[in-house]
Amino acid sequence: MTKPTTPPDDVLIQLRGAALSLSGNAGQVEILRGIDLDVRRGETLGLIGPSGSGKSSLLMLLGGLERATGGKVSVLGQDLTSLSEDALARFRRDHMGVVFQSFHLIPTMTALENVATPLELAGHADAFERAAEELEQVGLGHRAGHYPSQLSGGEQQRVALARAAAPRPEILLADEPTGNLDEANGSAIMDLLFGLRDRHGATLVMVTHAPDLAARCDRTVPLRDGQIAQPASVPAGASA
Amino acid sequence: MSQHQPRALGLATRFAARELRAGLSGFRILIACLALGVAAIAAIGSVRGAIEAGLAREGAAMLGGDAELSLTYRFADAAERAWMEEQATAVSEIAEFRSMAVLGGDRVLTQVKAVDAAYPLIGDVTLSPAMPLSQALAGDDLPGTVMAPALIARLDAEIGDTVEIGGSPFRLMAALESEPDANASGFSLGPRTLLSRAALEDTPLLAPGTLFDSRYRLTLPPGSDLAALETEAEARFSDSGIRWRDARNGAPGIQTFVERLSAFLVLVGLAGLAVGGVGVSAAVRAYLAGKIGIIATLKTLGASRRVIFLTYGLQIGALSLIGIVLGLILGALLPLMVAPLLSALLPVPADFGLYPAALAEAALYGALTAALFTLWPLARVEEIRAAQLFRDHGAGRALPRPGFLVLLALLAAGLAGSAALLSGAATLTLWAFAGILAALLLLALAARALRATAARLTRLSRGRPAWRWSLSAISGPGTEVLPVILSLGLGLSVLASVGQIDGNMRAAIAEELPTRAPSFFAVDIQPDQVPAFLERTEGDEAVSRVDRAPMLRGVITRINGEPAREVAGDHWVLRGDRGVSYADALPENTTVTAGSWWDEGYSGAPQVSVSAEEGAELGLTLGDMLTVNILGRDIEAEVTSFREVDFSTAGMGFILVMNQAALAGAPHSWIATIYAERAAEAPLLRDLGRDFPNVTAISVREAIALVTDLLGSIAAATSWGAAITLVTGFLVLIGAALSGERARAYEAAVLKSLGASRARILGSFALRAALMGAGAGLVALLAGILGAWAICHFVLETSYAVIWPNALAVVAGGLALNLAAGLIFAWRPLSVRPAQVLRAQD
Repeated sequence: MTKPTTPPDDVLIQLRGAALSLSGNAGQVEILRGIDLDVRRGETLGLIGPSGSGKSSLLMLLGGLERATGGKVSVLGQDLTSLSEDALARFRRDHMGVVFQSFHLIPTMTALENVATPLELAGHADAFERAAEELEQVGLGHRAGHYPSQLSGGEQQRVALARAAAPRPEILLADEPTGNLDEANGSAIMDLLFGLRDRHGATLVMVTHAPDLAARCDRTVPLRDGQIAQPASVPAGASA
Repeated sequence: MSQHQPRALGLATRFAARELRAGLSGFRILIACLALGVAAIAAIGSVRGAIEAGLAREGAAMLGGDAELSLTYRFADAAERAWMEEQATAVSEIAEFRSMAVLGGDRVLTQVKAVDAAYPLIGDVTLSPAMPLSQALAGDDLPGTVMAPALIARLDAEIGDTVEIGGSPFRLMAALESEPDANASGFSLGPRTLLSRAALEDTPLLAPGTLFDSRYRLTLPPGSDLAALETEAEARFSDSGIRWRDARNGAPGIQTFVERLSAFLVLVGLAGLAVGGVGVSAAVRAYLAGKIGIIATLKTLGASRRVIFLTYGLQIGALSLIGIVLGLILGALLPLMVAPLLSALLPVPADFGLYPAALAEAALYGALTAALFTLWPLARVEEIRAAQLFRDHGAGRALPRPGFLVLLALLAAGLAGSAALLSGAATLTLWAFAGILAALLLLALAARALRATAARLTRLSRGRPAWRWSLSAISGPGTEVLPVILSLGLGLSVLASVGQIDGNMRAAIAEELPTRAPSFFAVDIQPDQVPAFLERTEGDEAVSRVDRAPMLRGVITRINGEPAREVAGDHWVLRGDRGVSYADALPENTTVTAGSWWDEGYSGAPQVSVSAEEGAELGLTLGDMLTVNILGRDIEAEVTSFREVDFSTAGMGFILVMNQAALAGAPHSWIATIYAERAAEAPLLRDLGRDFPNVTAISVREAIALVTDLLGSIAAATSWGAAITLVTGFLVLIGAALSGERARAYEAAVLKSLGASRARILGSFALRAALMGAGAGLVALLAGILGAWAICHFVLETSYAVIWPNALAVVAGGLALNLAAGLIFAWRPLSVRPAQVLRAQD
């Protein structure tokens, strides 16, 4: 288990000159360029910007799901760029929960099993009891035995939320969590997400296109062409 | 309807062509599965064609003439000889018998052929040193002989040595390098010796009652009608025991053996094709699953069910055709490429070339199999609704329409029927089909059971993530369990059956038989030698038992006055001559099952006691009259009793035993079986050879070794066939692993995002592959044991015991194969960055 040290100024996530370039058939593509960003403990941060601006890539970088090709990405005092793939996996297991736009539930597992998986990975003996509680929290206790294919999109995202929140992570990352949902379902998911965040006190970084969602965040960071477009806004009343 | 048909076909052809522009990448496994199955059958058929053509070309040479008439125990009489001379431009007379060749202390069983000056009518005898055969057999001061190199080696003889044959001295003049009619006599217990027919007259080799065959090879005028001559010969000589063969089938034993073995191998090939069919079906399912969106879109745009079915049917048909053509090319070329090697290995002539009939047969099986295994998934394409564009998951689980089910049944019947017709072994083929079908059903049930068990165990495996993920993958939606269990299971079932049958037959021959079988058969004991022979053998402390009986050969020609074959069909007892014995009192250890034994000293009308099992098969009942031709004389005897005869112990057993007075006057010799300790066998054989030089002793152990070698060759050929089945099975596994690669990459990415290490994920992948492989192995073992038991019990009539090393190897093999297939395709999913996979899905 990694034992990161928290920076004295309470900055949980720190990026300095972070860059991401990917090579494909069309040649090298600069996805992110020179990103400098600090995220404080307990903060809710919205990453906004047009399609292709690099929001989701930045979130992947924060989650260690993508490796920065330049600069430094530090989370909880740990430099993610120096960790191996398995060490990154362990780091996520111990500190992070991720919610995707396409839910990304494992199709061969039931809702309960999906939620229990990160708890099992963390070695919790009561993984299934806790998973069942989490499902209750998102209102899906009665669908615990259903496979993802038997659930609606909104229900699948609620399972994904429960799965992300179950290990009580310090950091919640959400990539357009309502992008695939209708308004009603999207709104319910956001209530749940913010409710979970409030209950567990996690730091939330969320990619969104929706202005009303961005408005619920403490702060938003706009991205354009792989760079932060302007200094991040700090809404009045933000904590820290 | 007629208006729509061409339009639908035209549309479907255009749609199909557009889709096929994407290439064959998703179909490599489908093509490979079909190609491999078709290639195996085409290659087997081509080799069979080559051997049959070789046998047909060399038929006359292998027979030693255009036609052959043979007799047992006697030479042809004047009338018979005159008929032959009338038909033929040349006649050659040969006598064949077994004897002992002796040099110094070495005694070796040999198959003697005494030939006249006309021999060989066709082809040449090659001797070393080179000399004319007539010169070699003339000898010098002693009559000459030539012997097979193997015999010379075993006698440790040199050219010029004096070798005793049946007690008479001969000069070894040369080694017999080749004889044109070497295979004409079928299975031989000893290497060949050639003598002059004239030399027999001056030696006691063919004393009255000695078991020998006389053969008359005929050269016929060009254009002779062999079939008409055969009919005439059979009509003229049917009651005298004369047997007819001709160049149309010069080596019937080999011909039958080749036919049976290739029929069996074709069945194994068909099992391989069935395994391939599973792969084909899985590939088509996977392909169509990926096309649900396109199909739903086409339906939205107004495409009819018919157009959709034809669009995908044409694609699958075109791809199947590619697989079949590739298989035919491979199956035709492979035998040609290994022709020099095969020609050297085969003991018979073979004309390697293209055999269109064999290729057509393979193509037919390939096409029917492809149709059979693709129709079901294709039929379900019809169930896809336009609304599925808006839903995630595919077609329902309903059966295809009844029309498709009827078509499926017809295709299955067509495949089984054509194989039954073309294999020449209809019953065996139909049983094999039933076996394959039963195995497939058993495997499908096992796959369901494994899935259900995995679902139950999933709940119990909480807290062990690798186990739980594996069990979820086996039990959950999109599981690969069905194609894996079917393909691997069927391949392993065939291998397990072959292994179990081979092991049991070897055990029966190598372990069971020698403990009950005698050490020697001694034949041609003259009646006046019997007391001395018994004194020598029974007086030996190492000898535990000696059985003896008078021995004649006879042909059952009539049953109740009617031709025997018309009454009882083509039973093996009626094919050629059988051993006939006589006894006054009921012999020891004999159980009469029906009727009663004649009174001691009975000398009335001939009576016969018949083996109960064979008698029942021939439909005989007490009171029936059998006409038996012995030494050219018809003896009509009444069936007065049936006896138990056990042929499985290789002991003495006669189908027919007559009362003493009926046969005692006929010239005959005695046969004895001697049960001795193994260590005493060699000295006993030496002593008997010295004291009774005319008596031929046949070692049961050596005969068994010959049979075991033959069985070994058959098992090896069959194992190669089964291995092809397994290779096809492995291909299907690779196909399943390939089609599941994307799902595994996704699963690995999600698990990584949740914090799972690669080792843990790899462990889960390995575990599920091992579990499914072991499951397939276990079911295959069950199917293999059941199949082998059925064949041992019903066909071979031997006892059956599970050969555990083979059984464990099958389970371990299943586990290893699936593990290999699973792990080969685990690397890519594990090495992909999670973001790559997860974002691609967004």
